[in-house]
Amino acid sequence: MNARRRVRPLWNLLYFGLLAFFFVLFMFPFVWMLLSSFKTQVQIMHMPPDWIFTPTFKNYTDVLEGQDFIWYIINSFTIAAGSTLAGLVLGLPAAYGIARAKMHSLGFTILVARIVPGITFLIPWFMLFSRMGMVDTLPAVILSHMLVTMPFIVWVMIPFFEGIPGDLIEAARVDGCTEQYAFVRIVLPISGPGIITGSILAFVFSWNNFMFSAILTGVHTKTLPVAIMTFLSYSEVNWGGLMAAAVLITVPVLILAMATQKYIVRGLTAGAVKG
Amino acid sequence: MSWFNRSSRWIERNLKWVFTAPALLFILLMMAFPILYTGWISLTEWSMSAVEPATFIGLQNYVNLLAHDHRFWLSVWRTFEFTGLALLGETVLGLLLAVMLNRDFPGKNLLKTLFLLPMVATPVAIGMVWLLMYEPTIGFMNHLLKVLHIPPQPWLASEAGALPSLVLVDIWQWTPMMALILLAGLVSMSSDPFEAAEVDGATLWQVFWHVTLPMLRPTIGIAVILRSIDALKTFDIIYAMTQGGPNYATETLNLYGYNLGFGYFQMGAASSLLMIFFAIVLGIVIFLNWARRGVLS
Repeated sequence: MNARRRVRPLWNLLYFGLLAFFFVLFMFPFVWMLLSSFKTQVQIMHMPPDWIFTPTFKNYTDVLEGQDFIWYIINSFTIAAGSTLAGLVLGLPAAYGIARAKMHSLGFTILVARIVPGITFLIPWFMLFSRMGMVDTLPAVILSHMLVTMPFIVWVMIPFFEGIPGDLIEAARVDGCTEQYAFVRIVLPISGPGIITGSILAFVFSWNNFMFSAILTGVHTKTLPVAIMTFLSYSEVNWGGLMAAAVLITVPVLILAMATQKYIVRGLTAGAVKG
Repeated sequence: MSWFNRSSRWIERNLKWVFTAPALLFILLMMAFPILYTGWISLTEWSMSAVEPATFIGLQNYVNLLAHDHRFWLSVWRTFEFTGLALLGETVLGLLLAVMLNRDFPGKNLLKTLFLLPMVATPVAIGMVWLLMYEPTIGFMNHLLKVLHIPPQPWLASEAGALPSLVLVDIWQWTPMMALILLAGLVSMSSDPFEAAEVDGATLWQVFWHVTLPMLRPTIGIAVILRSIDALKTFDIIYAMTQGGPNYATETLNLYGYNLGFGYFQMGAASSLLMIFFAIVLGIVIFLNWARRGVLS
């Protein structure tokens, strides 16, 4: 035992040293993004890098003033909010139906959405939308983003609804309450926390989505992830502006994620649909 | 009985269908129909032209891809290479991180929250940050190598280095998720075997290898399956950073499918590629699931 006690401090040093290493590793790109967004192009080019420098806000003012960036923010927000809301309207009753009637095969088909490569959906929808003149319209983009939000909401809410004691609903039914009334008046209100975290994550997935937006958006509906790619098309990349744009896109998502951290792993492992 | 009463009775009797009908309709229209339609397009030759209709050519697109398209086979190989390397890195590092987090220390919850950030941050934006870090002359990575007295690397600019560089980004993004899933598995374990091992005087490594790892196997299996599905389909990071280049060196199946469909507008060829891609992902999920059960029994 004595030998062990002597080893302990060294062991602790190693343990916390490694932990600190991981911490730096995972945080560094964010720090670098933030630092570079406050640097001039000359400062960014300077090697070895300056860790202490006079920050400039010019990158941010340039990004926000030029290039219709405000519009891209509004578009991204409208599309994410719209597809989350529509996903809730379709997904909540469906999840409840699946949970109450134990329709697990239906739950499974929703999981298939996770396995199918996203472009498989895009080819037919791109054809259809372009024939109907709907490419670059909000309804088309929101519909495509619902491919992400709706299955996700269903998948997150099924276990949540299954956790509601059946007695609660039976009691309401005995009191003469219809099933649909019980759903609206009893089930939904007590599912608040689940609905909120599910919605926030669905919002984040839509906000982050690049593939669907890259094909279905245009001048009028361009979202932030598509817009940021245009920075690369200049012969010399404006790194400061690019990093400022990256900060503006990711910060809202990071804040939302920290607010719902407890549920994120559960949510991500449940039904997250990626391109 | 009033009309209202009768209709609400009807709703109640068919409750599960009424509740699920809108979502079901959406699934049929937005998901099932497109998959079938893509399957049909894959049997035709069509270039999105309004004048010329799609012509039925049977399995010709599949034959072209499988028998004549070198670029297709290279993209299949790259998809596996990318997924395999990323999963290896994420599983090993994730396991290490999970074991380390399975202990109390001040600030642990804050640390776990911060570890979530790489996986929720907008992938395209993160790709831009890594693009700057990988920049050969002004990037941080080569500065780091210089400090460590290692010669500078071209990273994304070279054909040999581009794919591993992208794998590194994927590992950065997804190791925390792997770790947090595995941590959930560790936390739910009974402490008896660990106490027994300690009484027997087992070393830390012996405990890890003979107790922790076997008990964690089901969780590892599920985590690997979930990550494989996403890693095989990785798109945003690759498209944002290399668009499949340089010289197609990072063109995975998803990228090639996208290029065929929306770069060259060869919808028939793109559709047949997507059908094969879907079969590959499905096949791997089924195989991994089978392997996982095999390991368990």
